[in-house]
Amino acid sequence: MTRSADAIGLAQTIGGNVEATDAETILVPADRLLDIATRLKNPEGMCFDYLDMITAVDYEEYFELVYRFVSMAENKRLTINTRVPKGNPVVDSLTGLWKSADFQERELFDLFGITFNGHSCLRRMMLWEGFQGHPLRKDYGRGA
Amino acid sequence: MPEVDRQEGEIIEKLRAASSERIPDPDDWLDEETKRNVLITTIDAALNWARTSSLWPVICFTACCTFEVIATSSSRFDIARFGMEVLRPSPRQADLMITAGTLTWKMAPQIKRLYDQMADPKWVIGMGACGITGGIFRGSYSVVPGYNHIVPVDVYLPGCPPRPEALLNAIEMLRKKIRHNSAMVEGS
Repeated sequence: MTRSADAIGLAQTIGGNVEATDAETILVPADRLLDIATRLKNPEGMCFDYLDMITAVDYEEYFELVYRFVSMAENKRLTINTRVPKGNPVVDSLTGLWKSADFQERELFDLFGITFNGHSCLRRMMLWEGFQGHPLRKDYGRGA
Repeated sequence: MPEVDRQEGEIIEKLRAASSERIPDPDDWLDEETKRNVLITTIDAALNWARTSSLWPVICFTACCTFEVIATSSSRFDIARFGMEVLRPSPRQADLMITAGTLTWKMAPQIKRLYDQMADPKWVIGMGACGITGGIFRGSYSVVPGYNHIVPVDVYLPGCPPRPEALLNAIEMLRKKIRHNSAMVEGS
């Protein structure tokens, strides 16, 4: 069983407007996500070499992206959250760092309509070309 | 003697007089050796017997009803009894499609293609709630509300999932249906 990483200490180390929301979760600004993820993959003594999963949550004001990382070397887990505005949901792709981000970002593009900058092949995955809307959004099917 | 009895007697006597000779059997023209080796039947009966006894299902099971099909095909329920133990990975060698599982619109073109590739005559058993109507996923954006939107269904088998006994019953219903088929086109 993995142990949770020290999110509070990590948030202080990274600095800026990064904050720890619980013992294993840090909330980062969307424009610093790629930068922070790059640092987390190869820091001294803590190598988050495995991207467990990516998902998103539809809140009233914003979409929150949830990335779960595991460090095989340290046997630790860490969650990174970031928020994107509903009007323009764009975030940097992590496919350059973890190949496993590829399909999961495509899935989020498909079902949430979130765009990932730098993704090499961002197209619908679960649904077919020509499908209208993004079904996992709360407003799907309500005429929005 | 009442008149009605007299008339009856006349009819019977006439028939007896006309029936002294045996009417030849339809196969009397066959010699003894041939007679012992040829079975006379109608082409329909022969074809339908062959078809009911060797229904080969195509392997295209989309979701969880599959496990009931697997249970049915293994030793406890044993569809080999019906000449069905050969599940074909190739639709060209199959004549039965068992719609075991939910069908999504993304998968629908492949199911249609598999059905089109099966050689005639071919049949479809609509298995499970999803196979019949889409089941609990009917309202979903991605689910086909019943296989009969994609392929024609011969037998509907309700259940979520249907037990192997129910599948065997559906197969028996399909066999009855096939026995009433006619391969001959009238007037040809």
